[in-house]
Amino acid sequence: MARSDVQLMMDVKAGDEQSFALLLQRYRSPLVNFLYRMIRNREQAEDLAQEVFLRVYRARKDYVPSAKFTTWLFRIATNLALNSVRDTRHQRMEISLDAPVTVDAEDGDERPLDVADKHPDIEQHLVQEVQNKMIRHAIDKLPEKQRAAVLLHKYQELDYGEIGKILECSESALKSLLFRAYETLRVELAPLVAQQMKH
Amino acid sequence: MSCTRMESKMLGYVDGRLKASEVRDVEAHLAKCAACSLRVKEFRAVSTLLSGLPEIEPSAAFDMRVRALVAAEPVKRSWWAGFAPSPRVAFAASMLAVAMAWVGSRPDVPAVNVASNPGVVVIDSSDLPVLENFDVLQNFEPLTDLPQPATQSDDASPQDPNQTM
Repeated sequence: MARSDVQLMMDVKAGDEQSFALLLQRYRSPLVNFLYRMIRNREQAEDLAQEVFLRVYRARKDYVPSAKFTTWLFRIATNLALNSVRDTRHQRMEISLDAPVTVDAEDGDERPLDVADKHPDIEQHLVQEVQNKMIRHAIDKLPEKQRAAVLLHKYQELDYGEIGKILECSESALKSLLFRAYETLRVELAPLVAQQMKH
Repeated sequence: MSCTRMESKMLGYVDGRLKASEVRDVEAHLAKCAACSLRVKEFRAVSTLLSGLPEIEPSAAFDMRVRALVAAEPVKRSWWAGFAPSPRVAFAASMLAVAMAWVGSRPDVPAVNVASNPGVVVIDSSDLPVLENFDVLQNFEPLTDLPQPATQSDDASPQDPNQTM
């Protein structure tokens, strides 16, 4: 039977390095994806995810399982991401104004649009990539706190209580935050939403 | 249920996170409110679109970099660790402890039996090995030529003549 996150963390606290490796294996992908969707820069997302794990390791001796491990983990990640977004906001605006036309690859890396691509399903592939890019940009346009709430709710499937603790707001405030975020996404993605509703 | 109240339940309904009683309330409202019903369908479409977004894989070197960062961390010592002795001091302290234990384990000098022989001091000669050769030294011929201490005959010390050695 797999050990719980809290049990693994308690083992790390007791000096078991192998348990830290298991936590790393368990949460590296969710953390990198969360941070990538928050800051839209793969290299920086990985750097921040490494920083999250390092902070968890540094705090191991003082760890007390008073809350869910994921609440603590994503609270660290969210704070780092929000700081990074605020620090690089000016830089991001400059990049978006000067950016060449690109499409998002499936692995999340952006690459220049290559019309000479001989992919057999090139049209379908490009349509999907353009759609993904629209969704990413719609998420990107959300205010930071709304973005974090949507990502934690949708992709990490954390409950309202956990997300509230991470974002330091009440459950009712969080529900209002999520409703406003989905309203924005509904408007931003209106063509895709209409298309989706036909299916 | 009002449309305003519906706002706080809508996303939970779309994602199936409501209790059964809440689901019944929401569905009763949706049955008679076209606007909220449309909004639920749109939110469901948004949720589906978000689900379709592909994930990225962390790079192959990710774990290695985290392990390197962790390995580079200084070993955290507790506050009292500063009082821990160095190996040399620890060795010296342990040797001192052994010496003290050895001294402490030696048999005690027998107590003076004052009750039965008042004024008689009994000294265990085994604890004073230099006295074993007292007679030899006393009768050592070359020493007899030496002048006797001037105070020996005139000494008015209260030393008891019956004292034995």
